[in-house]
Amino acid sequence: MTDSIKIDILRYRPESDNEPVWQSYDVPFTNEMSLLEALAYIKDELDPTLSYRWSCRMAICGSCGMMVNGVPKLGCKTFLRDYKNGMKVEALANFPIERDLVVDMSDFIEKLEAIKPYIINDNPRALEDGCHTQSPKQMAQYKQFSMCINCGLCYAACPQYGLDKSFTGPAALALLHRYNQDSRDAGKAERMKIVNAEEGAWGCTFVGYCSKVCPKDVDPAAAIQLGKVDSAKDYVIAMFKPGE
Amino acid sequence: MSKRKPYERKMGATWWLKNTFHTKYIIREGSSLVIAIYSFVLLFGLFRLSQGAEAFNGWVEAMSQPGWIVFHLLSLAWTLYHSITWFSLAPKAANIWLGQKRVPDSWIVSGMYGALAVISLAGLILVLI
Ligand code: SF4
Ligand code: FES
Repeated sequence: MTDSIKIDILRYRPESDNEPVWQSYDVPFTNEMSLLEALAYIKDELDPTLSYRWSCRMAICGSCGMMVNGVPKLGCKTFLRDYKNGMKVEALANFPIERDLVVDMSDFIEKLEAIKPYIINDNPRALEDGCHTQSPKQMAQYKQFSMCINCGLCYAACPQYGLDKSFTGPAALALLHRYNQDSRDAGKAERMKIVNAEEGAWGCTFVGYCSKVCPKDVDPAAAIQLGKVDSAKDYVIAMFKPGE
Repeated sequence: MSKRKPYERKMGATWWLKNTFHTKYIIREGSSLVIAIYSFVLLFGLFRLSQGAEAFNGWVEAMSQPGWIVFHLLSLAWTLYHSITWFSLAPKAANIWLGQKRVPDSWIVSGMYGALAVISLAGLILVLI
């Protein structure tokens, strides 16, 4: 049985490093140990200078995203037992490294805000009208897309975002689709401007890796393709509405 | 004063070789180049046809050279690879419902293969009659 495992971590200390460097740690191995726990062990026992982000430890908060052997993963949902030959851990790809495993996600957050991620309705239901009703079919249109935890793994998986940061990207477009599909929402026309834009759904070349790496089984690739269908319909309708 | 100095990693020209998923994606997309070349070859054949029987026969003759046969086999294999990967992704772009039930992905994929079979058969019949 293995009793320790080698973990290589890409370190970056802005005050002393000009570029990131690899550093190796030996961590005691147990079958149920997560990568996040291994990082905590390193910080507590081996090297207090290591920086990383976490909060919930249960794949809910979305703050522990990192690259493990080149694949975007949640540290708390990744287990040492699946990497007996060691692991190479690096800050989430496609984002600037702030320090060690901590990245600057502000661009991602701005994109999430920009798609108007809330129900828009100028004539909201009055209280006395009672609660909203939705059929199972109406709910199924958006439910899976509402499961996103904003971890950013899909952005790290997306070469289109990596090559061009103006691309709205998987999670934001999936969230946009989530609100557009909600039967309580009336903001679709506003959001379609974002979908139709060059950096919107059409910036996607259907690589499909975003859906593969998503830890919550959101399917951003599907949301974006359905966004393209909507956008194409918009375009055809606009041809018959001159002067708009 | 801020001590921040964010580091941007470069993707580099070989980014698609570092991850098998990305490599497969580039192989899938690469087929479009082969299909473009194939279309030009075919168009040239049509052009020769417009110049008369002799010109066209010359083109057919050229196409039966081993090099060109290999090219056609390669295009076929690559195009099939593209089609298979594309068919398996197709359900993502479809949101089809029958009453209160979503049409299962497997139906859409089978539908695509069915359509391919019908169109290929029609093409074959056209060529043979
Ligand atoms: S869609 Fe999935 S991978 Fe992308 S941010 Fe949301 S939970 Fe993370
Ligand atoms: S620590 Fe919250 S998702 Fe991993």
